[in-house]
Amino acid sequence: MAFTLYSLIQAVILCVNAVAVLHEERFLSKIGWGVDQSVGGFGDEPGIKVQLMNLVRSVRTVMRDYIFFLFLQCP
Amino acid sequence: MFTFHFMLIRNHTTRPVIISLPARTPGVPMCPSIAKPRARAAPPAGDPLLFDDTSSAAAPMNSQGYYTPGYDMGGAPPGGPGNAGVNNLFADPMASAAMMYGSSLANQGKDMVNKEISRYVSVNKLKYFFAVDSKYVMKKLLLLMFPYTHQDWEVRYHRDTPLTPRHDVNAPDLYIPSMAFITYILLTGMALGIQKRFSPEVLGLCASTALVWVVIEVLVMLLSLYLLTVHSDLSTFDLIAYSGYKYVGMIFTVLGGLLFGSDGYFVALAWSSCALMFFIVRSLKMKILSSLSNDPMGAGASAKPRLRLYITVATAAFQPIIIYWLTSHLVR
Repeated sequence: MAFTLYSLIQAVILCVNAVAVLHEERFLSKIGWGVDQSVGGFGDEPGIKVQLMNLVRSVRTVMRDYIFFLFLQCP
Repeated sequence: MFTFHFMLIRNHTTRPVIISLPARTPGVPMCPSIAKPRARAAPPAGDPLLFDDTSSAAAPMNSQGYYTPGYDMGGAPPGGPGNAGVNNLFADPMASAAMMYGSSLANQGKDMVNKEISRYVSVNKLKYFFAVDSKYVMKKLLLLMFPYTHQDWEVRYHRDTPLTPRHDVNAPDLYIPSMAFITYILLTGMALGIQKRFSPEVLGLCASTALVWVVIEVLVMLLSLYLLTVHSDLSTFDLIAYSGYKYVGMIFTVLGGLLFGSDGYFVALAWSSCALMFFIVRSLKMKILSSLSNDPMGAGASAKPRLRLYITVATAAFQPIIIYWLTSHLVR
């Protein structure tokens, strides 16, 4: 498997896009992954699911504005 | 240059053992220690633990002094006519003004580059990882190939900042991984040349493949450490360093394969895999698993230590796989 750095960048952009297109209220709330369902845990450490939900939400917040320009870079 | 300071060595039972040594130079005042472990903070710029930074002090001297010795030495051998020409060049105000302008342009370019780079990568933090000396490199290479007799795997601290690799053999560094990476690329070129399969594009492809695998591994490690909320002081550079140590194993394996054929390859692969797995497990165990003991709320779920153990073991198990994957095509 011969990787080039460019194929790594392409793979990263596609994965980030896959995470960014998960819609909050149409999809994630339906399967119980909405962020309104994550505030229950005020214990010492949040679980994996809460961390994942926070990660998805932050990726979506950050990449929403830039993903278009990243896609313009691929031929 | 070796300075003695007050050293605070932390062990598992969080009972600090203070060893005081005579101070030879006045220590740099540090910030008061914070309870939770934090990432490797950059030592202050004037820290005598790091090597002396002569780049900024020597630059003005270099830019003006560089041309003069060169011209003096070049002017002396040709003799008479050449001597007159060199002196004319220096006496000419336009040439000297042009030289000053050129050197100031170069300085401006250097400052701009430094500013841009320091926006993305903290240069001071990076300097910590390259503060090595040959004694450390020897000991670390021996440790990577034979870690079974090493007793103390704890990284030592000096008033809440980690000691530089020069003073602590357990500290990770980036010098060995980068040198090993370059050596691995050269060895790959040589091995492919022996098999008459060499071309310059293959070298670049091999280099980028190895780099991509390291990047993937570091990203997966960062993701898993974030998801399991492991509050360790492993920064990105630490993870790059620990991932890069596998290049030493790869070099050893390829050398074994080149010198002793296919049997030597598998023996060297087995040896370096076991040594590297042991090294990674012992090093990361201190960082990932023992951060639990610093948690003030001791009621952690029982699933957490198991998952952290899985991460450590998975990282260790990944090393032989990738060593085999990246070197098997070199030794037929």
